[in-house]
Amino acid sequence: MSGSLEAVRPAGPLQGLRTWWTMLKICLEERLVYRGDFALGTLMRFLPIVTQVFLWTAVFGATSRGDIAGYTRNDIVAYYLLTMLTRAFSSMPGLASGIARSVRDGSVKKFLIQPVDYVSFLLAARVAHKLVYYAVAAIPFALVFFLCRSYFPPVPDATTIAAFLLSLALSFLLGFFMEVTLGMLGFWFMEVSSIVFGYMLVQYLLSGHMFPIDLLKGTPTGIAGVSLADVVHWLPFEYTAYFSSAVWLGKVKGAQLVSSLAIEAGWVVVMAVACRVAWWRGTRRYSAFGG
Amino acid sequence: MHNTDPAAFAPVAEPVIRVAGLAKEYRVFDKPEGLAASVRALFHRTSRVVEAVKGVDLTVGRGEFVALLGPNGAGKTTLLKLLSGIITPTRGTASVLGHVPWERADDFRRRFALVMGQRNQLWWDLPAAESFRLHQEIYRIDPARFEKTRDELVDLLGVRKLILQPVRELSLGERMKLELVAALLHEPEVLFLDEPTIGLDVVAQHTIHEFLRDVQRRRWMTVVLTTHYMKDVAALCERVVVITRGDILYDGSLAEIVDRFTTHKIVTLDFDEAPDHSMIERFGFPCEFRGPQVVLRIDRSRIADVLPGILGSAGVRDVSVEDVPLEEIVAELFRSDARAAAVAEASR
Repeated sequence: MSGSLEAVRPAGPLQGLRTWWTMLKICLEERLVYRGDFALGTLMRFLPIVTQVFLWTAVFGATSRGDIAGYTRNDIVAYYLLTMLTRAFSSMPGLASGIARSVRDGSVKKFLIQPVDYVSFLLAARVAHKLVYYAVAAIPFALVFFLCRSYFPPVPDATTIAAFLLSLALSFLLGFFMEVTLGMLGFWFMEVSSIVFGYMLVQYLLSGHMFPIDLLKGTPTGIAGVSLADVVHWLPFEYTAYFSSAVWLGKVKGAQLVSSLAIEAGWVVVMAVACRVAWWRGTRRYSAFGG
Repeated sequence: MHNTDPAAFAPVAEPVIRVAGLAKEYRVFDKPEGLAASVRALFHRTSRVVEAVKGVDLTVGRGEFVALLGPNGAGKTTLLKLLSGIITPTRGTASVLGHVPWERADDFRRRFALVMGQRNQLWWDLPAAESFRLHQEIYRIDPARFEKTRDELVDLLGVRKLILQPVRELSLGERMKLELVAALLHEPEVLFLDEPTIGLDVVAQHTIHEFLRDVQRRRWMTVVLTTHYMKDVAALCERVVVITRGDILYDGSLAEIVDRFTTHKIVTLDFDEAPDHSMIERFGFPCEFRGPQVVLRIDRSRIADVLPGILGSAGVRDVSVEDVPLEEIVAELFRSDARAAAVAEASR
């Protein structure tokens, strides 16, 4: 136990990555402790979609039109299945409330004392969470998609698939940074559950989780020539559910696809900065008032 | 920076912690009782300012082992939180290892550790070995050195077998030992301990005392400890800082606190059989009879004069002369301070 300074490894460019990798591995091990709970949760997720299929079958049965806002009955079923897949990337159950809880019960202190970045740690924990989830959910997902294969249009071209995968990755980051920012509000409010509830409500309506955003194209906003869908297009929500599904189904193409991906990436950056600012200001407040 | 031979260092070395006029005020909101009052509080909350720490001055040298003593709510933990950078002060300055703690520079955070007896830093569902590995990464500890330090620490505490067991399956004492190992892996130069032995049994307390003393001496580490157990203080600390109501009441050696705040010694006499009360009472000191045993409180200045006479009494089999227990001295210190506070309050 002699000598202290030489014990510290120099901070190479890969050091941050190494630390993150270790965090990821440890978070993975921790998640695997609860894998049973996960498996059940995954199966439960498939239940609501059955209701949606019945509802839309009834809607199409009551109308003589072959499509609604460009969606045939098959498209709609495929849309909901794809949306479920997107949400498996973008939804972050328990993230915001977990952050708020760590502020309330003081366990966030650890990240003030130790030379480790809280947001990076949360990211590692969430990636681990998702990886374990995918490992458990892959088989039920594959089964459902296989059984429902007749609803899907032919597999799109490679560019579309690449854009789809990129949008999924971005939707994960977007969902992550939005929820982290929300959770950081715990520095200002004792209880964030009602804020999270409000967020989830807006998210449900505007993300395309409830219905394809195309249905809002006919809804005027009062501004000439601008529909509600146009407004939603510039908000972050639709990139956490609607967008990826629409890409796969070929609803968004060419220049519009590129600009939409750019908007999504832009929101990822905005929310990543927002959660940093919230952390920085939040910890300052925490240090000043409580601790 | 360190040397394995502590004798190579003078006991009072360079100051590692420097605190001047450090104060922390909190605004607390009164939570009124009753529904009507609670509704009113939605519109108008009454608050008051609580001074948890009021203008503390303190210097701690490298290699010192300091105890912070004080009743609950005295400001001990607030002071530790200030020194470890969790909270920012209302006034005053502090420097720990040349850093302002609440700026939370990584260089500073790599060189100290805080262990809170009532808080868990290890991963609950995983074996401690995993938490250790994470510490190796975040503190960037050289792998070979990490293993050496880890093995040394777990062997000193006798917990090698426990590091592969999920932490949630361990007892409080075992967990605390592993918390200490985790905190010391990166060989911090400064260690803050907030009630490290709270709720532990005597054996575990003793093991932790031995461990802390050993590691502190070997590394020449600076340790600041808060505790309610005088055993911790007596076993570990040469310097004692007594804090009451956010202020330093006493700062000095453990020996001096006994010297300064006690006027008498405790003399215990063992007789062959229960002695005649009047025979003892004639010496005029407060006494307590416990069958064949008698406990006397004798003025320190008079011990030498009166002891031969007392020992000459018929039937004395054994005698011991002891200082007043530390618990009692400190309790009296807290009480007299509370009385002084009440007097000051009344005269205002």
